[in-house]
Amino acid sequence: MSPTEVLEQKGTGVHGQKNMTLLHKVSMSTAGESNLEMCIQCGTCGGSCPSAAAMDHTPRMIFAMLRAGMEAEVLSSNTPWMCVSCYFCTVRCPQDIHITDVMYTIKNMSLKAGKHNTTAADFSKTFIWMVENFGRGFEIGLAGVHNIRHFASRLPNMAPMAIGMLTKKGMSPLPPKSIEGMDQLKKILKRAKELEAA
Amino acid sequence: MSDYIFYPGCSLESSAKAYYDSVTVVCKQLGIGLKEIEDWNCCGATEYFSLELTPAYALIARNLALAEQQANGNKEIIAPCSACYLNLAKTDHYMHDDKAFGKKINEALAAGGLHYTPGKLAVRHLLDVVINEIGLEAVKGKVTKPLSGLRVAPYLGCMLPRPDYSKRYSDSEHPDELDSLLSALGAEVVDFPLKTHCCGGHMTQIGPDTAFELIRRLISAAEEVKADVIVTVCPMCQMNLDAFQEQMNNHFKTDYKMPILFFTQLMGISFGEKTENLGFGSEFISAGEAMSRIGVKIAEPEKAPAVKKPSGLPMPPPLKKIKQFAETTEEANR
Repeated sequence: MSPTEVLEQKGTGVHGQKNMTLLHKVSMSTAGESNLEMCIQCGTCGGSCPSAAAMDHTPRMIFAMLRAGMEAEVLSSNTPWMCVSCYFCTVRCPQDIHITDVMYTIKNMSLKAGKHNTTAADFSKTFIWMVENFGRGFEIGLAGVHNIRHFASRLPNMAPMAIGMLTKKGMSPLPPKSIEGMDQLKKILKRAKELEAA
Repeated sequence: MSDYIFYPGCSLESSAKAYYDSVTVVCKQLGIGLKEIEDWNCCGATEYFSLELTPAYALIARNLALAEQQANGNKEIIAPCSACYLNLAKTDHYMHDDKAFGKKINEALAAGGLHYTPGKLAVRHLLDVVINEIGLEAVKGKVTKPLSGLRVAPYLGCMLPRPDYSKRYSDSEHPDELDSLLSALGAEVVDFPLKTHCCGGHMTQIGPDTAFELIRRLISAAEEVKADVIVTVCPMCQMNLDAFQEQMNNHFKTDYKMPILFFTQLMGISFGEKTENLGFGSEFISAGEAMSRIGVKIAEPEKAPAVKKPSGLPMPPPLKKIKQFAETTEEANR
């Protein structure tokens, strides 16, 4: 039995709560059992994180802030946006908290609340705009658009790489051909967005 | 000959054509039949999860539903890209584990007339199929040109060994599957302590300084153990370590020249395949010198319209103008 299930049985779990706290809200919005309530503040997550140095708060701090109900601070922290999805924290967590998935949930909430404060959200949006319109990713277009908008000073340094992508790797500078089931995919995503909002 | 459902993913069609070519050649040699999912879509990488969870999982589930429809008796999907592999595996895992969640995703799929039965298909990476289904003995039987004398650093990156829902790998931090495979090819496998560390992922785009540091760690560690090449199993890892190596060098004033190859490219060489059929020559840091050490000459790829100087292609406008443009878009974004 998972720790979360034990809490449920005792009536102190997420589902028994009348007024859902911020911690529970995040936990409930995550697919599967996140076990977020089980955090013991050991800090293994931050110590394992390759991008911790670039974060406003370590993951451990974020979980303490969630428990303290510091919604505005959590949702405007760059921490989840700096997550590289390497799952080191997830496999090392002694409480089996699905930390990477929790980070995705916080990003979702931060976007909905309009609190995000990094260029990373924009990268995700550009990427997904392409997927929602072609059904396929478009690496050159994505990197081009994102870097022109946010890292223009790096462009001269990137020129040799861009040329190599076209010549050595034989990549096409044109957008990909749309998938045949584009209408079908759009219907699925439209319904999924309605379900997400519900 | 056993057949598998094949999900190549977007990278294998653009930046990682060398992986696509070598996967095709190697699977043919080993009798692994690949039936590509018709009309598959992008898996959303790590980016769609960041925006909205339900559409992100529904996007991936469309591929699973199509695969189930077209399965024709096959029960396993091979995805050579680590991010695609994890996304497919993760969606199947959560749809199966969390029934309400599975129902919600299927409700979205129903809008497009599709359905996926959670747990119906097993998602696997090619490395795992080669090790556990084909077996190292069969691989050794195919080796006609052992890679003797080539020092290789096995590099798996993150998403293959972690979180590993089906427990297919020996360890989440120090798995030895790739080591054993490369040994079977006759290569000299170095003990690479950072074999499952992060390549930087999307940080090359959103926080380049962090990405450069992560890339530097991996390259310098491989250099320290005197590896001739780093061997990867993922298009993202290959791209970050190879295409960004020069920018990383500029950033740290270093001069590393570590070639980054796909494991299937080396498998192909050891099976006696020609380099031009395995995508050699498409890497930024040439593997020519390393391969010549074991007597493999890399044929010059047929040059498409030759570009001698950067000036031959449309160049970005002068720096000043770009800065102005960036400032105005930034303001517009606020």
